Amino acid sequence: MSIFSTKKSWINLTIWVLLIALIIAAPSVLPVFRLNLLGRYLSLAIVALGVDLIWGFTGMLSLGQGIFFALGGYCAAMFLQLNSAGEFPNGIPEFFGLYGVEKLPFFWEPFKSSIFTLLSIWLIPAIIAGLLGYLVFRNRIKGVYFSILTQAALLVFFNFFNGQQKLINGTNGLKTDVTQLFGQMVGSEIMQRWFFWISAVLVILAWFFARWIVRDRFGNILIGIRDDEARVRFTGYNPVIFKTIIFSIAGGLAGISGALYTVQSGIVSPQFMTVPFSIEMVVWVAVGGRGTLLGAILGAVLINYAKSLVSEALPASWMFIQGGLFILVVTALPEGVLGWIRKDGPKKLLFLLGINKKLETYPSLEVNEQGEVKS
Amino acid sequence: MTSPLLELKQISVSFEGFLALRDLNLVLNQGDLRAVIGPNGAGKTTFLDVITGKVAPTKGDVIFKEKSLIGQKEFRIARKGIGRKFQSPRIFENLSVQENLALAVSRPKTPLSLLMNSLKVKHLDQIQHLMSIVNLQSKANIRAGALSHGQKQWLEIAMLVGQDPDLLLVDEPVAGLTDEETDLTADLLKSLAGDHTVLVIDHDMEFIRRLDCPVSVLHQGHVLKEGSMSDIQKDPLVIEVYLGKTDEEEQ
Repeated sequence: MSIFSTKKSWINLTIWVLLIALIIAAPSVLPVFRLNLLGRYLSLAIVALGVDLIWGFTGMLSLGQGIFFALGGYCAAMFLQLNSAGEFPNGIPEFFGLYGVEKLPFFWEPFKSSIFTLLSIWLIPAIIAGLLGYLVFRNRIKGVYFSILTQAALLVFFNFFNGQQKLINGTNGLKTDVTQLFGQMVGSEIMQRWFFWISAVLVILAWFFARWIVRDRFGNILIGIRDDEARVRFTGYNPVIFKTIIFSIAGGLAGISGALYTVQSGIVSPQFMTVPFSIEMVVWVAVGGRGTLLGAILGAVLINYAKSLVSEALPASWMFIQGGLFILVVTALPEGVLGWIRKDGPKKLLFLLGINKKLETYPSLEVNEQGEVKS
Repeated sequence: MTSPLLELKQISVSFEGFLALRDLNLVLNQGDLRAVIGPNGAGKTTFLDVITGKVAPTKGDVIFKEKSLIGQKEFRIARKGIGRKFQSPRIFENLSVQENLALAVSRPKTPLSLLMNSLKVKHLDQIQHLMSIVNLQSKANIRAGALSHGQKQWLEIAMLVGQDPDLLLVDEPVAGLTDEETDLTADLLKSLAGDHTVLVIDHDMEFIRRLDCPVSVLHQGHVLKEGSMSDIQKDPLVIEVYLGKTDEEEQ
């Protein structure tokens, strides 16, 4: 056990050193275009951490994290639109004019405040996730029914947001790159550099937060719920409360992630709530390693970076590669890449390829050439 | 006379017309050790499900510490002081032995307390004590899923005791155990009675005899007979439905 945990912490430390070196080096090495991509993928790592908490640890496969991701994005975009709406007719964002709306819809009002916006980015998704979760968990809906339900909820939100031209510009979404913040254009190079740093810092903070949650008995209860929920109940814990809390936390993380992704990609639209995107989030975690937290970050960043590189070189082939990757993980690496490394996967692979020779007997009874047993 | 710890009054459970329990009455006093036997399908497990709130009875009442348990959620019933061991060992396989026990002894069992407070010294001591009772000290940091079947059974019993319940419901604790392990388990349960009230369900007659306690025979959802093991074995009705003929009679 102790050997296992020191090895595990060595692997973690190595990955962290590489990750932080990458983050520090990136702004001076990468062109702004690539830096911006990396920043976006770091923000996606935050939603992946949430997926790992609810799926990897608690065993609830949500296919609807796009809801909370998009909500965070909309909160940020509404603030930015209002912040730079001064010169437009009626002092409201330009798109309203297209639909003949002259008065700002009431729910936009609080987003004039930057403090409200900063809170709402994570609180609104967290509260909605909490309410939705509570109703579902109280009725003991789990397993595949939970997954289907979250996907259905995603479609409901998608269709609703798509149809609300007069409220939130419907299917066109809200643009943020031409809006103003601190007297700068949000899409400008200097702002994008800032957003990269903010994403990088928030990923690390989100990891510490998630780590703190799962570190001790609270995390053990989550694992208990995943493995045997009835036992948790008969031990005197109420699983509904624990599931609601963790689902709400994952929702809040998704909101932060969505807001950061929005300001770096320049637009939020109902496209954030499409079914494939929410499934991709699960794939990142599955490939990186369920229940490892660090694996979720690695999965989100590496898969998305690979996606952009492959898509540039061979358009249209990415979906095949992603599908293949998922099949590979499900069949050969059920614990994801990080789980595989932690469980001596690379060593075993070397044996398989015949590069390292297998010991013929127990390690403690290794035999020398004369057939004598060495101690 | 003090009121009983647990009282089942006229409990009936019907599953789509099939009566799993009918008019079942049972009284347990503080400190009792009681065995419940009965053929397969007699309703033994359903009867535990009713007490622990997993199944709602169609009719009747369950009184625990003078209060009705009907309609209460499982985790509330557990917190009131009823611990249950399942038929096959149900422990948290991916947690270590120590972590399993820590979840059992933690109090209060609220999310905030688990997140903010570390385990109290008295609870750490309690974990050590529990491990020593079931001989698992050397396995404290081993993943519970890697334990042998018997050790899992004991870990689950230790978890039950860690919850500090007034009433322990133990469903087939010796299924799949060796004779030696069975004897140890019997001694363990006997030592728990007194401080706790223990109700044991099992098939193994040797084991029940070793418990040396009053026995209730369940048949078709009903208590057929209550009494000591030797009384039960002489009862013609019980012999007919359950025990079968003794060795001597066969000869």
